[in-house]
Amino acid sequence: MNIAKLQIPESRPPMPTDLAGMEAWFDKRLEEKLAERQTAKGRSLAIIATKGTMDMAYPPFILATTAAALGWKASIFFTFYGLELLKKNLDIKVSPLGNPAMPMKMPFGPEWLRHFNVPIPNAIAGNLPGFESFATAMMERTVNAKGVPSIKELRDICIETDVRLLACQMTVDLFSYRQDEFIPEIAEWIGATSYLAEAQDADVCLFV
Amino acid sequence: MEANQTLDARGMNCPLPILRTKKTLNAMQAGDTLKVVSTDPGSVKDMVAFCQQTGNTLLDSAQSGGDFEFFIRKN
Repeated sequence: MNIAKLQIPESRPPMPTDLAGMEAWFDKRLEEKLAERQTAKGRSLAIIATKGTMDMAYPPFILATTAAALGWKASIFFTFYGLELLKKNLDIKVSPLGNPAMPMKMPFGPEWLRHFNVPIPNAIAGNLPGFESFATAMMERTVNAKGVPSIKELRDICIETDVRLLACQMTVDLFSYRQDEFIPEIAEWIGATSYLAEAQDADVCLFV
Repeated sequence: MEANQTLDARGMNCPLPILRTKKTLNAMQAGDTLKVVSTDPGSVKDMVAFCQQTGNTLLDSAQSGGDFEFFIRKN
């Protein structure tokens, strides 16, 4: 038996001999060890993106790019309508229909007018042809005017900063998509089992 | 305060100022100072959080007119 291994290094305070002292010592060491492990592991973020509209595309992309900028490991799992956000041809819209909290504001014109919320009844928003495209165009203009990046821009930053873009294999089969409709930067096509394995160690896990 | 490089993030909104700051810092040497100018009021708190989490040092920050200035030393 190697006696040298049993010697306590001089840098550490001596081991306490009473029970209360032992407990305090253990608690302190545990805290230190946990902090050490957390630092070594790094932070990680795992987001599930299930919606394919413009308003619901922002949270996952903004959070993932920001996490990557902070040095976190970030991934987004795109499933159901969220898969639209990975299309090569990114054609996403925002709909005021069934979205009653969405403000309808003018993206241009005098300042007083821009603060005014135009109430559009669902009967109009839902039945007027082209209303969705109009609302989308207005939203794009607002986003641009306020210096908020576009979804395409954020997606490109995700790719650039190694955010793992994961796509749901089942959704592709369900909605009869073809894999070549999607961007080649998708890290993996996976199912629920693989995703849970991917997300189990995440510090922050969000469903959008 | 002297800076080795300046990033003009004026007109950009969350999360672009942080993303551009990170990208610019990546290409800089350790010990160099980056000056970031932004107009996004949210960047005041974000820049502090960014520096804390990435281990860079926020040397100084100031406000002049509608502009916010940050001096970050890359560690």
